[in-house]
Amino acid sequence: MTSRLSAITLNTFREAVRDRVLYNLVLFVLLLVACAPLFGQISIGLERLILVNVGLSSMSLFGVIIAIFVGIGLVSKEIEKKTLYTILARPVRRWEFIVGKYFGLLLTLIVNTGLMTVGFYIALIITAHQLTRADALLLVAIYFIVLQFMVMVALTLLFSSFSTPIFSAIFAFALFVIGTFAEDLKNFAALAHGATKWLASAAAYLVPNLASLNVISQIAHEHGVSGSLVLMNTIYAVFYSAAATAAAVLIFERRNLK
Amino acid sequence: MKSQRRVTAVALVLLVVLFAGSVASRRQVDRLRGTESTLEDVLYLSSGKTVKRFSLGYSSLLADIYWTRAVQYFGSRHMQHSYRYDLLYPLLDITTDLDPNLIVAYETGSIFLSQKGPEGAGQPDKAAALVEKGIRANPEYWRLYFSLGFIHYMDRHDYKAAHDAFLKGSEVPGALSWMKVMAARMSEKADDPETAAYLWKTIYETVTDKDVRGTALLHLTSLHAEADIAGLEQRTRLYRQEFGAFPSSWSDMMRAGILQTIPLDPNGDAYKLSPDGSVHVQDPAKFRFLINSQ
Amino acid sequence: MHAIEIQGLSKDYRVGFWKKKLQPALKSLDLTVASGEAFGFLGPNGAGKTTTLKLLMGIIFPSSGTASILGQHYLDPAIKKKIGFLPEQPYFYDYLSAPELLGYYAQLSGMPAQERRSQRIHAVLERVGLGDTGNKQLRKFSKGMLQRVGIAQAIIHDPEVVVLDEPMSGRDPLGRHEVRELMQSLKDEGKTIFFSTHILSDAEALCDRVGVIHKGELRGGGVVNDLRSNVAGKSEVIFEGAHGVAKVADLLSESHVTGGTVRAIVRSSDLDLLLEKLRQQRVRLIAVTPLQGTLEDYFLSKTSEKTESEAVHP
Repeated sequence: MTSRLSAITLNTFREAVRDRVLYNLVLFVLLLVACAPLFGQISIGLERLILVNVGLSSMSLFGVIIAIFVGIGLVSKEIEKKTLYTILARPVRRWEFIVGKYFGLLLTLIVNTGLMTVGFYIALIITAHQLTRADALLLVAIYFIVLQFMVMVALTLLFSSFSTPIFSAIFAFALFVIGTFAEDLKNFAALAHGATKWLASAAAYLVPNLASLNVISQIAHEHGVSGSLVLMNTIYAVFYSAAATAAAVLIFERRNLK
Repeated sequence: MKSQRRVTAVALVLLVVLFAGSVASRRQVDRLRGTESTLEDVLYLSSGKTVKRFSLGYSSLLADIYWTRAVQYFGSRHMQHSYRYDLLYPLLDITTDLDPNLIVAYETGSIFLSQKGPEGAGQPDKAAALVEKGIRANPEYWRLYFSLGFIHYMDRHDYKAAHDAFLKGSEVPGALSWMKVMAARMSEKADDPETAAYLWKTIYETVTDKDVRGTALLHLTSLHAEADIAGLEQRTRLYRQEFGAFPSSWSDMMRAGILQTIPLDPNGDAYKLSPDGSVHVQDPAKFRFLINSQ
Repeated sequence: MHAIEIQGLSKDYRVGFWKKKLQPALKSLDLTVASGEAFGFLGPNGAGKTTTLKLLMGIIFPSSGTASILGQHYLDPAIKKKIGFLPEQPYFYDYLSAPELLGYYAQLSGMPAQERRSQRIHAVLERVGLGDTGNKQLRKFSKGMLQRVGIAQAIIHDPEVVVLDEPMSGRDPLGRHEVRELMQSLKDEGKTIFFSTHILSDAEALCDRVGVIHKGELRGGGVVNDLRSNVAGKSEVIFEGAHGVAKVADLLSESHVTGGTVRAIVRSSDLDLLLEKLRQQRVRLIAVTPLQGTLEDYFLSKTSEKTESEAVHP
C-alpha cells in the first residue's frame, strides 16, 4: 500500500514539476518579489512592509491558482488519457489513487513554496541588508499559506472526483473566495434569525475557513501569532482536508469511469 | 464486491468523524481569534482605495461585506457597553470608499460614530466628516444634510453649522419642507427640548438599526420625562407659594387641586417627589439621557 | 480452470438529462476463455467490446452479473497482479520517459524493486522495439510508439492474462504485423490473451477461438477452424445454358443467371451429383471452384442476424 501510494504521489509530483506552466507561475512570483524593492522606492520607508505584503500575497494567490489549475486535471486528465484504466487494472485501490494524487499535488506546492520562500528571503536581505527576529515570524505566515494549500488541494480534488475540469475550477475558486470571508459568514449567521441562521451556520462550517489562515497583514506589521492558534489552525486544516478527501474517495469509489 | 463496500463504509465514517473534527477545531480557532480578528486588518490598510483596487470590480459586493462588518462590530461593542470603537471609523471609511453610494453607511454609520459612549464611538467630528464625504458623493440626497445637521446640533452643539446644514439640505430639489423649519429652529429655538425631540423622532422613524432606534427611543423618553419634570417642579413651586412649604406627597398636591392624578413617567412609573420640591424618575437607568436625573 | 469466466454480465448506461432512461450496452454476457488460449472478441464499433473489457478491469461496474479471472473474483486486487491491460488508443504521462513510465507501472503492480530496476524494463522495451528511446519524453512519441509503450506497460509485470482493447487499430500495416508477432510470442509463452478487434484478419491469424458480439449481445463464437468450415465445403459452378437450372434447382443453394451464363453455389458433397446431371443435359461447363470459407463470412452472417427484440418487433 505505502509503495503504491508513494509511487502515485511521486509520479504526480514529477508530472507537475515537469509541466512548464508551473514554472511560469513560480517565475512570476519570483519576478514580483524582485520588483518589490521598486515598489518600496515609491513609498519611502515602507520597503519591507510592501515586500512582505506583495511577496506573501502572491505566494498564497499563485499557490492556490496552481492548486486549482493542476488539481482539476488530476483525475479528469487520467481518465481522458486512459492512464487511469491502466492504473485500475493493477492492484491499486481507488482510494489509494485519490490519496496519492492528493499528496502528490501537496508535495508539489510545498516544494514550490519552499523555492519561493528562498527567493523571498533573498529579496528581504537585499532590501533590508539584514535579517531580524521579526523576519522569522514570516515563516508562520508561510506555514499558514501551506495549510491553505492543504485545504484547497483537497477541495479541488473533491470536485474533480465527480465534475468536469471547468466546473471543478469554478467550484473550487468560488469556495476559495467564500472561504476568505468565512468569518464574515459566521458573523452573519450570528446576526440572522430562524432558518437563515441555520443555513448560514451550516454554510459557515462547510466552507473552508481561509480567513484564519491568512495572517499576512498581521505578520507584515510584526504582530505575533499565538502558538495555540498555530496548533489549532493546523488541526483544523488536517481535519478539513482529510474530510474533503474522504468525500472524494466516497464519490470516486463508486464512479463509473467513462 | 466486499472490499468496495468496506472502503465506502470506512470513507463514510471517516467523513463524518473528520468533518465533526473540523467543526470542533474551527470553533476553537474562532474562540482563539475572537470575533474581531478579521476586522483588525483594517488597521493595516492605508485606505479603502487599496482594497478597491484589489476587489477586481466587485467593490460594491465588498462594500456590503465591510458594512456588515461595521454593523457587527458596532453591535458587539454596544452590547458590551464599551467606550472604545477604534475600528469603527476605518471600517466605515473603507465601506464608503468601496461604494460611495451606500447611503445607509453614511446615515446610520454617522450616528454610530457621533453618539457619546457607550451608545456610540463619541467621535462627532469624524461622523461629520463621514457625512460630508457622503454629501460630496451624493449631493442630490438631501437626507444626508439632515444627518449632518443632526450631528452638529446633538453632539457638536454647533448650532450655526447645524443651521447651515439644514438650510442647504432644504435647497436640494425634493427636500421636505420641514428641513427649512429645522434650519429656522436652529437659529431661534436651538435649546428648546421640542427641537431635540423632533430630531430624535425623525431618526427613530428613518433609521432601521435596532441599536440606534433603541437609543433614539431612550432619548425621546428622556426628553419626555424632562418636560414632565420641568412642569411638575413648576407646580411644586406653585404649591410652596400657596402653602409656604413643599408638598410631602403627590396627594397633598391633588388635595390642593394642583394635580388631578399621580403623575406617571413614560414607562408608567410614578415620579418621585423630594422634600426640596424637586422631582425625579423612579428608575434613572431607564432614562439615561435625562439631565440632572439624580 | 478457466482464465476468464464471465457470467451474465450486463451493463446499462443511464442517459438523458435526468439520467432516468436506461440504455443497455451489454446484455447478459456469458463467456469463458481457457488458460493459454488466444481469444478474439469480435464486433463492429459500438458493439459492447470496450464495455466488456472495462467491466472486467473494474473501471466501470456492472448492472448485474459477475466474472472471475484465474478462479478469483475479478475485482480482487490480488488477482490484478496477474493481469495486463492495454486500453484502446491510450496516451500516457506527457512528461515521463518510457523507462520512467514502466518503472511507475512496475511499482504499482507490486514488483519487487531489484527485479523491476533496469533489466526487466529494458528487456520489455527491447521486446516492443523501443530499446533506444532513452530519456525522450512520451509527448514526443508518435502514435505508433505510444501503442508500443501501451503494450510494454501491459506486460511489464509478466502477467498471466493479457487483455488488449483493439491492439491493432490505428496502426500502419507494418505496425500491425509487429503487434501480431508480439501477441503470437506471448501466446507461445503460454499467456492467455483476450483481445477485442474489429479487424477480422488479425483475429483469424491469431485466435484459437472467437466470440462475436453485436449490439451488446453475444451472437456466436467457437473454434476458428470450425467456424470457417461452416462456410467452407461449398463450390462455385459456372456453366452456360440457363435451361438447365430448373432441373438442378434443389441442389443449388444460390444461383444467378446472366444472359445464358449461370453462376451457382453448391455444397461440395452435392458437387458430383450436380456435375452428373449437368452433363446429362449437355450443358457446357465453364468453371468449378471450391470456395474458401473466411471468418468474415461468419462474422457478417452473425452481425446481420436480427436480435431477439428486433425479431419480435420488426
